[in-house]
Amino acid sequence: MPEQYKSSTEIQRAPVIAPGHTFGTVTEKISAIVLTRPATNGWFIGFGIFFLATMMMLYAIGYLVLKGTGIWGVNIPIGWGFAIVNFVWWIGIGHAGTLISAILLLLRQSWRNSINRFAEAMTLFAVACAGIFPAIHVGRPWLAYWLFPYPNTMRVWPQFRSPLMWDVFAVSTYATISALFWFTGLIPDFATLRDRTEKRWVKIIYGMLSFGWRGSARHWHRYETMYLLLAGLATPLVLSVHTVVSFDFAVGIVPGWHTTIFPPYFVAGAIYSGFAMVLMLAIPIRKIYGLEDFITERHLQNSAKVMLATGLIVAYGYGIEAFMGWYSGDRYDAFTLWNRLHGPYAPSYWALLICNIFIPQVLWIRKLRTSPWALFLVSGVILVGMWLERFIIVVVSLHRDFLTSSWGMYYATRWDYMTYFGTIGMFLMLMFLFLRVLPAISIFEMRTLLPEAEVKE
Amino acid sequence: MAKRDPIYGIMAEFDSAQALVDAARKTHEAGYKKIDAYSPFPIEGLAEEIGMHFDEVPLTVLIGGIIGGCTGYLMQYWMSAVDYPLNIGGKPPHSWPAFIVITFEMTILFAGISAVLGMLAFNGLPMPYHPVFNVPRFALASKDRFFLIVFSSDKKYNAAETRRFLEGLAPRSISEVPS
Repeated sequence: MPEQYKSSTEIQRAPVIAPGHTFGTVTEKISAIVLTRPATNGWFIGFGIFFLATMMMLYAIGYLVLKGTGIWGVNIPIGWGFAIVNFVWWIGIGHAGTLISAILLLLRQSWRNSINRFAEAMTLFAVACAGIFPAIHVGRPWLAYWLFPYPNTMRVWPQFRSPLMWDVFAVSTYATISALFWFTGLIPDFATLRDRTEKRWVKIIYGMLSFGWRGSARHWHRYETMYLLLAGLATPLVLSVHTVVSFDFAVGIVPGWHTTIFPPYFVAGAIYSGFAMVLMLAIPIRKIYGLEDFITERHLQNSAKVMLATGLIVAYGYGIEAFMGWYSGDRYDAFTLWNRLHGPYAPSYWALLICNIFIPQVLWIRKLRTSPWALFLVSGVILVGMWLERFIIVVVSLHRDFLTSSWGMYYATRWDYMTYFGTIGMFLMLMFLFLRVLPAISIFEMRTLLPEAEVKE
Repeated sequence: MAKRDPIYGIMAEFDSAQALVDAARKTHEAGYKKIDAYSPFPIEGLAEEIGMHFDEVPLTVLIGGIIGGCTGYLMQYWMSAVDYPLNIGGKPPHSWPAFIVITFEMTILFAGISAVLGMLAFNGLPMPYHPVFNVPRFALASKDRFFLIVFSSDKKYNAAETRRFLEGLAPRSISEVPS
């Protein structure tokens, strides 16, 4: 079974792990970041800024609870504003983590071993940010638990025929499975940290978290079976989550929503933005913590190629949407296309095409695919583009539908922006904490990449 | 019940994964059945070498998944068609196609939780204390060393003889594990 970790046949490309490393050096290098490296001023400053941003988010949410959703830019006809845009954006970002940890494991792409841990952390934190939005968007967030089927004195049950209800189950299952996958992946590494630390209280904490892992062959066998099965379960799950998110739109009759291309196009867009976020995190992390030996050029290249491929699927999605606007002969669909290109929100549509389709084509150039700076910038552009995509789907579709009498405009308020930027702050704050207390790269999976790990019968 | 042996087992330390696999095979072939091997990463085939032939996790996951799927579907059926039927958009109370998504999600949820709990339960984890941790060198089992233990509860176990046998496997060191 551990064949999925082996890399001996892939010598022709840039290495997954720089030559000269042993089990000992890999272990020491990764665990030292957590155990012995002191927190620098830079870390405290970054953490402080993002902590303040998180407080800003809590303030905005507190004011929302006090006043109601009237403080936002939402209105009728645009009942879904920033909250849903941000929800879809965040949950999409999370998908790359699952793709890396589960789908690439099943496809035996062993290069994933150096980036899966923090990509999974990214998934969890992104889902945490995503989960905030629907909960506060319901208007009375203290009643959000009504979404779950629980026996209540009103004797009613949720409406299971609604995609919004499916979403509750899809997203909560996704959050649970992602957390389990991440935590069980950490168990052997907790044992490593337990055995490496010299401080007693640190030893106790990691010892408890490791569940007393001792690396027995029987334990490893069951562990690997579980890991593979979880990957097999997470793969259809991650595809289902963004499919269900797209159903929230596609099942409605609003022009610009009611289309069958949505599920695949949403999933591709999710992976597109997720890999962009992975690169935006990986590039500074490998530089600051000196992990260029483990997160090599190969990882940057491969991520860039995934972005290029998913970006083209997304471009195809835009193309089909535009084509169907014309080909269907439906005047409302045709108007939606016209309105995107020439309506009041036209600049955001043109910016979307530039960010998501035109600029990322520079990734065809090998030199830019291997340049951390270029990749960092292109990834930032893609993240902006993918946010604009959701803005166009949600707001631009809703603001002008069938009847001119019900047209309207949406202007986000400062509370919308505070909440949105606040979640970015929370995401990065959690990432900062993660880097300090948990091994950012899976130590035991890195060991399996070394040639010494191979055993002949 | 026999008096508890003050020695839990004899442990040999090896430098490489290959040495551990070879030693485990020879020990098992020599007739020792109650043995275990420890490594800092999963080694293919090692569990089979020390006599593990059945993995309970896949069946656990299958059962968990089936229970999850049934729970998901029956929950929706009972709530929408039996306990409180509501006419929504003229759809029948038992509108099964709409129930598929949640049935699927519940299948994955239950199967995933069973995988993790099953792995932990069959491995006997969490177990914060274990006699092998009494050996100071065992801390390297989570870094770059490989260990093989013969438990004193093995029928063929004999303190001196087992020790001699393990020494014959050219280990880096040998230690007694106090229980």
